[in-house]
Amino acid sequence: MRDYILKRLLMLIPVLLGISLSVFLIMQLVPGDVVSGILGIEQTPELRVMWEKKLGLDQPVHMQYLNWMGNVLRGNFGESFRTGAPVFPEIISRFQITAELAVLASFTALFIALPLGIISALKRNQPIDKGVRVAALMGVSVPSFASATLLILFLSKAFGYFTPVKYVSFLQSPGTNLEIMVLPAFILGASMAGSLMRMTRSSILEVMRQDFIKAVRAKGATERITIFRHALKNGSIPIITLVGMQMGSLLGGTVVIEQIFSIPGLGQYVLTGISQRDYPVVQGGVLFIAFVYVIINLLVDILYTYVDPRIQYT
Amino acid sequence: MKNLLEIRGLQIRTPRGKDVIKLVDKVDLDVGKKQSFGIVGESGCGKSITANALMQLLPYPLEVSGGTARFDGKNGEVELLSLTADRMRSLRGREIAMIFQEPMTALDPIFTVAFQMEEAIRFHNASINKKEMRERALEMLRRVNIPRPEQTLDSYPHQLSGGQLQRIMIAIALMNNPKLLIADEPTTALDVTIQAQILDLMNELKETADTSIIMITHDLGVIAETCQHVAVFYAGQVVEEADVGSIFHQTAHPYTIGLLRAVTSLGGEEKKLYTIPGIVPPGGLWGQGCRFADRCVKRMDKCIKDMPALAEVAPGHKCRCFLHSGEVEA
Amino acid sequence: MQAQVKQRALPGNESVLRLIWQEPLGRAGLLGVTLIVILAVLAPLISPFDVAKMHPKAKLAAPSFVYLFGTDHFGRDVFSRIIHGARVSLVVGIVSVSISAGFGYIFGMIAGFFEGKTESVILMIMDVIFAFPSILLALFIVSALGTSIVNTMIAIGIVNIPVFTRTVRASVKSVKSMDYIKNARSVGLKPAVILFKHITPNVLAPFTVQATLALSGAVLTEASMSFLGLGIQPPNPSWGSMLSDARKYMEIAPWLVIFPALFIILTILSFNVLGDALRDVLDPKLKL
Repeated sequence: MRDYILKRLLMLIPVLLGISLSVFLIMQLVPGDVVSGILGIEQTPELRVMWEKKLGLDQPVHMQYLNWMGNVLRGNFGESFRTGAPVFPEIISRFQITAELAVLASFTALFIALPLGIISALKRNQPIDKGVRVAALMGVSVPSFASATLLILFLSKAFGYFTPVKYVSFLQSPGTNLEIMVLPAFILGASMAGSLMRMTRSSILEVMRQDFIKAVRAKGATERITIFRHALKNGSIPIITLVGMQMGSLLGGTVVIEQIFSIPGLGQYVLTGISQRDYPVVQGGVLFIAFVYVIINLLVDILYTYVDPRIQYT
Repeated sequence: MKNLLEIRGLQIRTPRGKDVIKLVDKVDLDVGKKQSFGIVGESGCGKSITANALMQLLPYPLEVSGGTARFDGKNGEVELLSLTADRMRSLRGREIAMIFQEPMTALDPIFTVAFQMEEAIRFHNASINKKEMRERALEMLRRVNIPRPEQTLDSYPHQLSGGQLQRIMIAIALMNNPKLLIADEPTTALDVTIQAQILDLMNELKETADTSIIMITHDLGVIAETCQHVAVFYAGQVVEEADVGSIFHQTAHPYTIGLLRAVTSLGGEEKKLYTIPGIVPPGGLWGQGCRFADRCVKRMDKCIKDMPALAEVAPGHKCRCFLHSGEVEA
Repeated sequence: MQAQVKQRALPGNESVLRLIWQEPLGRAGLLGVTLIVILAVLAPLISPFDVAKMHPKAKLAAPSFVYLFGTDHFGRDVFSRIIHGARVSLVVGIVSVSISAGFGYIFGMIAGFFEGKTESVILMIMDVIFAFPSILLALFIVSALGTSIVNTMIAIGIVNIPVFTRTVRASVKSVKSMDYIKNARSVGLKPAVILFKHITPNVLAPFTVQATLALSGAVLTEASMSFLGLGIQPPNPSWGSMLSDARKYMEIAPWLVIFPALFIILTILSFNVLGDALRDVLDPKLKL
C-alpha cells in the first residue's frame, strides 16, 4: 500500500510541474508592461531598472520560471502589487475559510444527493424517481449564481433577509459564523447535488443489474440485506471517485458564491486580484487551488483502493 | 404430489415501448423427484426466464402474466408464482437453489468467499455459531473438490478461477440440501475441460443428494451428458419433450432435428457446418401459426395458419408439430 | 457470451431528430433550443428598442406593454437586452465549443490512433488543463489576455478541450479494436484514410452528445464570467452581467433579476435536456 502511495505521488510530480508551467506561461501572456502597470506615470529609467531587477524580469524566461518555482517551493509566493503584503500567508488564512465553505457544501450535497439518488434507483420509474430526476436536472441546469440571486430575492421579499456585510470566523463566534455560512453552503451544495444525484442513481442501477445481486437473492437474502449490504456497498465505490471529481467544480463555485455573499475566502482573493491586475495574487492563488484539487483527487484515489479489494497495489 | 414441480400455463411478458410482448407462452412442464431435467434452446427462447420466474427473480420489467407452478416443498405443497415475498425468500436457497452462467460475476466482489458461503447458511439458520458455519462451509468445499478449502474460504472472488468459482457456487447452492437445483447455463462460460469436470461433479452430487436438477443450456452435448428428461424450447414454447434417449434417437420436431444436425455436422461426415436458415423470431413478431414454420423445410400450408398443440406422439414423448399430430392449439 | 460487434445506431440525421421529437423530454429540449436560436438570430429585427438606448424618464419601470420586461437602472429596455443577450450567449457558446471540439477532435484522434508516447504526452497535457477548476481557468486566461468577447471564447474553448479529447480518444480506441479496422490496416490503407473514412462515423454519436452538453456548459461559464464582471463587457448585453447589475435594485425592481435568471436557466436546461435525449437515442445502452 505504501508503495502504491509513493508511486502515485511520483506520478503527481509531472502534473504539478505541468500546472506550474501553465500558470507561469499564461501569466507571460499579459499584454503590456507589468512594471508600467505598477509605476504608472511616475516611471523613471532608474526606477524601472530597480523594479525589473526586483521582479526578476531582467532574467531570461526559463530562469524566471525556475526562480519563481524555487520561491514557491519555499513558501514564497511573492507580494501583492496592491498591498505589498506577502501572498502565501494570505492564501493560507483565506483557504481555511474557503475550506470551511467547501466542507459544509459537500456535506450538504452528500446529504441531499445520496439518499435521493439511492431511492431514485431503487424505485425506478415510479413517481419519486421521476421527481428526483427532474430535481437533478434542475440542479445541473441552474448555475449557483442564479439560484443564489433568486433565493436572496425571495428571502428578502418574504423575510426581509439581506446578505451579511461583515464576516465572522468560526473561531470568533461559531454561531454567527454558521449563520453566515448556511445559505452559501446550501446553495453551493444544492448545485453539486444535482449531478451527484444522477451519478448515484446510475451507479446503483448499474450494480443492481449485476448477477451477484440476483445470486444473493437466490440464496434467500431479504431485500434489506440485498440492498444495504450488497448493492449499496458496491454502488458507493465508484461514487467516491465521482465525488472527488466534483471537488473541482466545487472549488470553482466558491469563487462565485464568495463574491455574492461577501465571504473573504480564497476565491474572492483571486477574483479581486484579477480585477485589480494584482498578478502575484492571481498566480499564487490559481496555483494553490489547482494543487489542492490534484491532491484531493489523489486522496480520493487512495481511499478508493482501500475500499475496493479488487484493486491490486501494483 | 407425484412430481416435484408441476408448471401449468406459465406466461411471461414484458413491456416494450407502448406495447406488451409475450416472452413465454403457456408453458407446461413436470419435473420429477430426483430427476435431471434439461431445458434446451437458443438464446432468447425463454428458457432462462422460465427458471427465474420459478424463484420470483424476473428482472425488471418482466413479469409473470399467468399460470401456476406447484412445488412439493419441505413443508408441503406450495404454488411458487403466488407466494408472498417472505415465503418465497424462505424457500430460496433452502428448497430451491440456483447457479448462474458467469461464475466470475455471480459472487459479490467485495466480500470473501467465506462470508458469502456463511450467508447462505445464516439466511436460513438464525442460531448457528461462527465455528459451525465455517465447518459446514469447509465441508461443502471439500464435497465439490476444491483443493485448498481453508485458503479458498479466505479469498476474494477475483483471486479465484472460473472453475473454482463455479464449484463454490454449487457448494453454496447445495448448502441447505435443496430439493430443486436450477442450473442456468452453468458451463457456458467455462473452458471445455473445466466444463467436463463441473458436469461430472454435478452428476456425482445428484446421486448422493436428494435433489432434482433443471439444467438450462443451449448445448445438446451437456444435455446428453447429464439429463434424463428433456424439453426443447422455441420462441417461448415447448416444442418437444421426451426422455433423453428419445430426443436423440427418435427426434420428432423439425427444430430439434435441425439442432442435432448442427451439432453432428461439427465432427461428422458432412462437409459443411449445418445451420438452420433464418433466425429465432423475437417476441412481438410471432404470427398465428407455428413459430418455426418459416424456417422449416417440411412446412405445410396448415403450419402458417394454425398453431399446433403440444401433443403426445409416443408414450412420454410430446411434440408440437402437424407432421406428427393434427391437434390445433386451443 | 459471443463477442458482439458494437453497433452504434447511426440513423440518418432526419430520423434522429424524429426519434428525439417522439420523446416528451426530447421534444421540450428541441423546442427550447429552437426558441433560443430564433430569438438570437432575429434579435436585431424583433427587438423593440436599441440595447444601449436609455429612456431617462422610464428608469426602473415595471413590465408593461411598452417595455415588455421592464427597464433597468439606465432606463434601457430589458426585453431588447435579453434577446440580444441570447445572441451573445449563443455566439460565445458555439464558437468556444467549436474551438474545444475542433482541437479535442484532433488531439483525440492522434492520441487514440498513434498511442505510445504521443498519447501519453497528449493525455498529460489534458490532465494539466483538467487539474484546474474550469471557471477558475477561464477567469485566469481572461485575466492574462484581457477581457473581450474573443478572449472569453478562447478561454472557454481551452477549458473544454480535455473533455472532447477524452471522448474522441475513447471512441477511437474502441473502434480500433474492431476487426474490420484491423483488416483495413492489413490491406494497407493509409492511417489517415482509415481515420477519416472508418473511425469518424463511429465517433460522431458520442461526439454530438458531448458537443450539446458542452454548449450548455459554455453558456453557463460565460454567464458566470459575465456575472463576475470578467466576461462580456458593457454596454454589450449579457445575461450574466445583467443579473449582477440587478442585485442592487432587487428590492424595487425584481424583474431585473427574474428575467435574466429565467433565460439563463431555460437555455442551459434546454441544451441539457436535448443532450440527454440525444444520448438516449444515439447510445441506448447507456440509458438507465
